[in-house]
Amino acid sequence: MNGARMGTLASLRGSIARIEAPSDATMPNRIALGHAGADAMLRGGLAPAALHEVFAAGHQSGAATGFIAGLAGRISARKPLVWVRQDFSDRENGALSMSGLAELGLDPRLLVTVRAADVDSGLRTAADALACDALGAVVLEIWGQARQLDLVASRKLTLAAQASGVTALVLRIAATAIPSTAETRWIVRAAHSPPGHAASVWGAPRFEAELVRNRHGPVGRWIMEWKCDECQFSEPSAHPQPVAAAPANRPHQAQARAGHRLAS
Amino acid sequence: MAGLSPPLRGRVGERGTTDAGVCGLPLSLTLPRKGGENPSADASLTKCNVLPSVVVAKDHNAILLHSIDEAAVRAGLSIGLPLANARAICPELTVYDADPAADLKTLNDIADWCDRFTPLVALDPPYGLFLDITGCAHLFGGERALLQIVTHALSRRGFAVSAAIAGTSIAARTLTRYTSGQIVADGAEATAVGPLPVSALGADAAVTIGLRRAGLKTIGDVAARAPHEISARFGADFTTLLGHALGRGDAPISPRKPLPDYIVEKRFPEPIATDTVIALTLSSLAKMLVAAMDRQGKGARQLEASFFRTDGAVRAIMVETGRPVTRPEMIDRLFRERLDALNDPLDPGFGFDLIRLAAGRTEIVVRQQRDLDTTVHDNDEISALIDRIAARIGGERVVVHLPLESHIPERATLALPAQHHLAAASAAAWPERVTGEPPLRPLRLFERPEPIKVPFASVPDGPPHQFTWRRALHAVVRVEGPERIAMEWWKQDGAALTRDYFRVEDAEGQRFWIFRDGLYESKLRDEEGRPVPANWYVHGLFA
Repeated sequence: MNGARMGTLASLRGSIARIEAPSDATMPNRIALGHAGADAMLRGGLAPAALHEVFAAGHQSGAATGFIAGLAGRISARKPLVWVRQDFSDRENGALSMSGLAELGLDPRLLVTVRAADVDSGLRTAADALACDALGAVVLEIWGQARQLDLVASRKLTLAAQASGVTALVLRIAATAIPSTAETRWIVRAAHSPPGHAASVWGAPRFEAELVRNRHGPVGRWIMEWKCDECQFSEPSAHPQPVAAAPANRPHQAQARAGHRLAS
Repeated sequence: MAGLSPPLRGRVGERGTTDAGVCGLPLSLTLPRKGGENPSADASLTKCNVLPSVVVAKDHNAILLHSIDEAAVRAGLSIGLPLANARAICPELTVYDADPAADLKTLNDIADWCDRFTPLVALDPPYGLFLDITGCAHLFGGERALLQIVTHALSRRGFAVSAAIAGTSIAARTLTRYTSGQIVADGAEATAVGPLPVSALGADAAVTIGLRRAGLKTIGDVAARAPHEISARFGADFTTLLGHALGRGDAPISPRKPLPDYIVEKRFPEPIATDTVIALTLSSLAKMLVAAMDRQGKGARQLEASFFRTDGAVRAIMVETGRPVTRPEMIDRLFRERLDALNDPLDPGFGFDLIRLAAGRTEIVVRQQRDLDTTVHDNDEISALIDRIAARIGGERVVVHLPLESHIPERATLALPAQHHLAAASAAAWPERVTGEPPLRPLRLFERPEPIKVPFASVPDGPPHQFTWRRALHAVVRVEGPERIAMEWWKQDGAALTRDYFRVEDAEGQRFWIFRDGLYESKLRDEEGRPVPANWYVHGLFA
């Protein structure tokens, strides 16, 4: 398909989206995160074929990576994922571990990692990858305040994402937000596990996700939990680990025992 | 051939074979010369060097002349003379140290340049080159013309050249030692090399001296003896060498590069230097290459574009693809990506006079009808994307991941180039995760575990209460563990220590994977023999 037709299609899509936008509370094609509060605020979920940014402080890289991996998992569970990383990010935050990714419920078989030497080649690779419509999502991970990732660069990424329908996720660690064309912008921190005995409990990953920018709606702040088995976000549970449900077809043990004692 | 040590020296022998290995061409560059042989030495170089210059090398604690120039020969010096004697004969001598590495590099540069005549170029160190010109000579107007082109071009650049064409490589090399420009017809090797001295064979010094002592001065003399006499005295190797020199049997040459499957090239009478023309040339070459491959149903997996500069420098640029390429525009695009991303851009200098495109590795393309199954199409698109990225930033930077049979966390994954292992990775069997469990392994893993400071632990072999990592203090709130991972003692000669891993959460909610390197009661000692506590490391970060 040539560029002119692509451009026409994109503009048509845009006008259709504008026509449909105010009519309904939930937009079509939105990808629900699973967290009811956030989904309501985002009018149904995360917009595909757009740019989403996740920011985190330098020491919160683990949580931010988990959050963006969750977003990528929500967007494209069955389609290949391209993860573009700077070499420096590997050294600073550790490399992405495939067993860790599999533990979160994502499929390492669908991951292609690109190790870019610097920000420029990372940006160019991400823009290239976004043009390939066979992908589900493209994650661009950049460490530090990158001068190159300005309004022009994010506009390029957005246009590429709109043209191909691939979602662009940008993970910015140890960076401050500057104006961009992102659809949503999140600031992620790790959240406490639910209260419980100190040395016993260890639950699902929890994030304190703050939506600081939403192009088409209000912003908010939530504690989210990632359900590894269902591969979706959810409201935080009160218990760190699943609690066994009360048996439905069995009488209460105390009563049964009491009855037994009565009979004997 | 840039960067030569001042007095050029060397004898580059080249040869090739035409007509099913019947005819060969060795071409020899000679600067070190003994006595009076005087091949067509380059006049400009030697005449401007009025003062004699020599290259010396240390041999058994004596500094001997390694090679000498024309003026030095006229002054009466000879190779092998001690430097002190040479200085006595000729006090105004300019002396250079021998640099075998630079010589070899020069020889390789010349071999690069020779690639324009034939793809089969073999080194014959220290000073020789063999060119297999089977089926190539007619492109340059015949063997005589080819020989002249090669010798003239090299001698114009300041090399002394001696070249010959013969049926076998050894015969050609033997001829270059004492004459230049000879072309020996099929079966005439014996008569051609017969009158030459035995030293031309290039056998061991001991053999050469032995032959002379036996009164066999020329190769013809040796050939006249019965072969069993010669091999009884000088060994079977020498008999084989002699046989090859006489045109009986041939030793194959070992070319520097494997022969590409397809080559297309374009020569320019007027060198080209602008990017536009280079790009146009490349795309027209790509069309020719694809047309040639298409006739045999092949597609290229590895492509190499070589740019031959007029001054002799050659730049080769290679791209690899994950799937056989059958479309010229794809080849064009891959090279454009690669050329754009070069750290040292293509420098045309005074222009390129030859551009060549070669398909180094090809595969048979299975033509499939496109059906409505989109996944096949998607796979093609993804491998095309990987090829494009790899062409720009390098194939080793685009990786897929394969599980490895190891329970040591940092070795459980193998990252391999995506171009070659995409299919293997998409079919890989990863260990299933345990349903209902929170993550057991961190999402980010440090390649090298980072040391942390642990002040104390409540139980001797328990987890720490707090630790310092990257100068920040983390108070441990929750702990899960230990998970004990023993190292692979059968691989590592017992040096690695067993690790006790803990999953810990600090007061802020961050989760770490930390471990104690070595058991609590391990026998760790410092240099003075005192017991030391085991070290703690953070190995990964959980989401």
